[in-house]
Amino acid sequence: MNEIVTYTSPIPLLAVLVSLAAVPLIYASSNRPNLREFWTLAAAFIKFPLVLSLLPDAFAGRVAEWTMLEISPGIALQFRADSMGLFFALVASGLWILTCFYSIGYVRGANEKKQTRYFASFAVCLSATIGIAFSANLLTFLIFYEILSIATYPLVIHKEDREAMRSGRQYLTYALTAGVVLIAAIGLTYHLAGTMDFKAGGLLAGLDLDANTAKVLFMLFLAGVGVKAGIMPLQSWLPAAMVAPTPVSALLHAVAVVKSGVFGVIRVVGFVFGPELMHTAGLHLILATFAGVTILLASLIALKQDDLKARLAYSTVGHLSYIILGVALITPEGFTGGLLHLSNHATTKIALFFCAGAIYVNLHKTKISQLDGIGRVMPWTMAAFTVGAMGLSGIPPINAFVSKWFLCRGALQADQMIILGIFIVSGLLNAAYFFPIVHRAFFRKGGSDLDHHGEASPLMVVPICIVAALSILLGLQPNLLFNFFDLASGITESIFYPASTLVGLGGTP
Amino acid sequence: MTELMENYNGFLVPAISFIQGYYAYLFLLALFTIGLYAMMMKRNLMKKIMGMSFIQSATIMFWIVAAYKEDATVTVYHQPLGLENPDLYLNPLPHTLMLTAIVVAVVTLGLSFALIVAIYRRYQTLDEPLLLERMQ
Amino acid sequence: MNTLQLPILIIIAFLFGALLIPLLGYFARRLGYITALIATALSLFFSISGLMHVLSEGRISYHLAGWMPPFGIELILDPLSAFMCVLITGITFVVLIFSGRMVEHETPDKTISYYTLTMLLLAGLCGMVLTGDLFNLYVFLEIAALAGYALVAIGDKRAPVAAFRYLTLGTVGAAFYLLGVAFIFISTGSLNMGDVFKVLPLLEDSRAVIVGLTLIVLGIGLKMALFPMHAWMPDAYAYASSAATALLAPIGTKVAAYVLFRVMFYMVDPDFLRHDLHIAQIVGYLGAIGVLWGSILAICQKELKLMLAYSSVAQVGYIAVGIGLASPLGFIGAILHALNHACMKACLFFVSGSLRFKVGHSSITDMNNSLRKTMPWTSAAFVLAAISMIGLPPTAGFFSKWYLALGAIEQSNWIFLGVLLVSTLLNAAYFFKVIERMYLKPQPRVAAPSEEPSEDPVQELTDTTHVNRNEAPASILLPTLTLSLSLLVLGLANAWIVTHLILPMIPDWL
Repeated sequence: MNEIVTYTSPIPLLAVLVSLAAVPLIYASSNRPNLREFWTLAAAFIKFPLVLSLLPDAFAGRVAEWTMLEISPGIALQFRADSMGLFFALVASGLWILTCFYSIGYVRGANEKKQTRYFASFAVCLSATIGIAFSANLLTFLIFYEILSIATYPLVIHKEDREAMRSGRQYLTYALTAGVVLIAAIGLTYHLAGTMDFKAGGLLAGLDLDANTAKVLFMLFLAGVGVKAGIMPLQSWLPAAMVAPTPVSALLHAVAVVKSGVFGVIRVVGFVFGPELMHTAGLHLILATFAGVTILLASLIALKQDDLKARLAYSTVGHLSYIILGVALITPEGFTGGLLHLSNHATTKIALFFCAGAIYVNLHKTKISQLDGIGRVMPWTMAAFTVGAMGLSGIPPINAFVSKWFLCRGALQADQMIILGIFIVSGLLNAAYFFPIVHRAFFRKGGSDLDHHGEASPLMVVPICIVAALSILLGLQPNLLFNFFDLASGITESIFYPASTLVGLGGTP
Repeated sequence: MTELMENYNGFLVPAISFIQGYYAYLFLLALFTIGLYAMMMKRNLMKKIMGMSFIQSATIMFWIVAAYKEDATVTVYHQPLGLENPDLYLNPLPHTLMLTAIVVAVVTLGLSFALIVAIYRRYQTLDEPLLLERMQ
Repeated sequence: MNTLQLPILIIIAFLFGALLIPLLGYFARRLGYITALIATALSLFFSISGLMHVLSEGRISYHLAGWMPPFGIELILDPLSAFMCVLITGITFVVLIFSGRMVEHETPDKTISYYTLTMLLLAGLCGMVLTGDLFNLYVFLEIAALAGYALVAIGDKRAPVAAFRYLTLGTVGAAFYLLGVAFIFISTGSLNMGDVFKVLPLLEDSRAVIVGLTLIVLGIGLKMALFPMHAWMPDAYAYASSAATALLAPIGTKVAAYVLFRVMFYMVDPDFLRHDLHIAQIVGYLGAIGVLWGSILAICQKELKLMLAYSSVAQVGYIAVGIGLASPLGFIGAILHALNHACMKACLFFVSGSLRFKVGHSSITDMNNSLRKTMPWTSAAFVLAAISMIGLPPTAGFFSKWYLALGAIEQSNWIFLGVLLVSTLLNAAYFFKVIERMYLKPQPRVAAPSEEPSEDPVQELTDTTHVNRNEAPASILLPTLTLSLSLLVLGLANAWIVTHLILPMIPDWL
């Protein structure tokens, strides 16, 4: 990637606002479900092309930027669709389209209450996620991060029973504490650096920070974004939040919200601290320790879960730390692997959650021990489930294999045998907690209660098959659809060899 | 004996002269403290008002005492005294200011009495603990 | 119009209002309301034009009765006082619109006295803001305070007791202030703040000055309910009528805080304040304790108005923290918070008033999710204001905390930073407690949400037949919504406010 040129374009802003604009429309048509769902779909179908339209420019080294207004003297509410943000935005908005269809099938199938609120909150969450992806500076990032925290709350408490409320409270406690810590971290950064703009290679890179300050600052950031990323002592909200309806778990608690946390970690590592400072202050070791422990513990805990969604949740916790561990390696290969895993885990995990939701709506089963024989009743769903399980266990040709491959190469490149060991052991653990489910579904005989059931509604099954197919296709040809692979390696390049990106910053065509 | 004299010179003389010089302030301090004590410790609301009034009076008199000069007379222009010797006049500003402060104090008193009447009508008591009990 | 007359016009409009309301109200009660609105609108207009004039052409100094300062009384309209005047009159205008139905409902036989006292209160508050004379400040302070006591007394059965307590403590505060002024006057021979500012550097080691300043801060601290002196406030706010609370809570303490600003940053020699005198720091730390204490007590409350009152103790603490920082960022944070908190608190008290208007009580324990159906807009306004109180971006409340946090970081004052951050969580604790009840707690009599499947529109229909929409009337609802939306606007426009309004008012030496 040669030099980067920024140009002014409202597209990043529009991409953020389009789902927000859908909210009043959704509320206005709360009594007409079809119209209401039309608005959601319309927003999703506008958002994705908007994000996509920025892609060619990103490859050409042109970054769209839109400065809205000053929100604090010297700091603007600024959106910049750099390749990193675009990468995340593509994943989130692309999967939203599928989730929309799936959601409609799910909430109608499960007769959820408060569907209007559900769809509205969902749209707000997506706006916030894209806002996080496109934030050009820390304050903008913080604003959308907090919006996301609040907008997810109605979804977590959707059921409105005692358990949901308790989970909601727990979720809020974690999210708000994280936000507060993040405020401190961002304020400190601003004080030290005098700027907040994300910069590939680190905005703190040029400063002469002493190691202790850097460590404190990094821990603050880690606590701030780590809550959403489910790093280990801060993960417990995530399994609790599984009381939410399954599409929420699928898109938000496997993709948008948690990946916002991971995205935050990447931003912090690559764009705030920068690889060099990470190395010199020994920050990568802190990050790697947390992430490594999280991977192993989460996988072990997942083994014991009988609730399907809880098992998936712990698996999510583990896989989020894969990405973080890859980033913590501070090697180009590891970084690329982490980024690829961000998108690959998204497609595979969303497939798994979709399956869990389909099983719940169709058969009202939530426990793994009840799943005997359902592969015969719901062959398509369970086939997709198998694809996802294979992917996350790191079996080619599913896409998650590719990212795991890069992660392992990154570990080798960094000469970190322990980390390599963690990757391999956890791969086995993944297989250990996923394949019993597949085994039960296909090779055990089901009870009589399965007799009169067939596959779930097409609104759900089609998205499930699409994500599963997507996982396989991306595994066979990582560059297939949106050149994810090139995008990821481009991001890595910009972070590790920032000199080339500095040229021409601020220039407009 | 000499020891006693030294004590007398070293401590009592300054003490006595301090008291002589500042007795008015000391008196006001006492008044103020009594007022504060009454407001905080007395159970009867009426006594609280008295304490409040003490505090206000102490404050007002503090200004007047501060404006006092020895051998000075009135605060306004007086023909026989003329204009040559401003030392003969007391500083008029604090006096006029305190006129306003007195008015304010009277209004405050009036309002507090009105409140007390209202309280008594509703609760038939001015005793604070009893009042708090009846408010529940 | 002669712009140089603006300072006095702001006050006069209210004084005339206070005179006219009883007269006109004698004929028709409605006239009193209208007069109050007109007087406030006039004053708001004068304030805004004053602010615009001040920003474009510099400060206005008005000499009362033509006596030149420092001998005569001077009214000063500079960026700070003009901003405060706009804030006070603006909020009052909104509160008065809200009061229309509210007063009729809560205290129907006392509408005229309510409006008259409001006008007097406002005349006093605006006078406090505008005056440049220490003793004149005392007079206005007492005018505002006396009107305030009486306003509190117009409330439910317990109101006179709360008003009495407010009165005794307030009078002590005023006495302290007056004593402090005496010390300053004795030492400097002047009562004009600008004049005192010039003389004070010559008297730095004078103990009388230090005692005087301490007494002034003590007295004002009592008026602004700074931490150990806040005891009068919760009761007074809780037992006063909703309209009176909505008026007093947002602006009463702010004006006292403003006086603290005036005294500390415009009257005292900066080097003295920074190095030798620790008053600012003490105020800051008291504020910090107040933030925590107020928030913790707010969590314990079972009555919305009491909870909001305790939260006011905490919010005043933020302003004190800003004063304690004694830096431009602290100044910005404190002033911005005064503005934000005025809007948030007014909005929240509007909500509690609307609840009393429609539901008949504002007890948190008795709330349930029928509220979100009967009063959806009011509930939504509450949520928005609560989010702003907690300090989540992009609402207004976040940004004042943001500047305060930056100020604390700048001075490496980790205690202040910690307090600011912890208080965010405490705020969240008590506001989400209410929100949870408002939106989620099932109604007691109606059976728990049934599991039986039903088509969505049908189900929503049955929901609405359970509880009919019973929203507050427009004259109450609209001000509530306006204020809650203004929080978003203020949040997004805060950079404009800071650069155009607050930066000009920061004294040079900061």
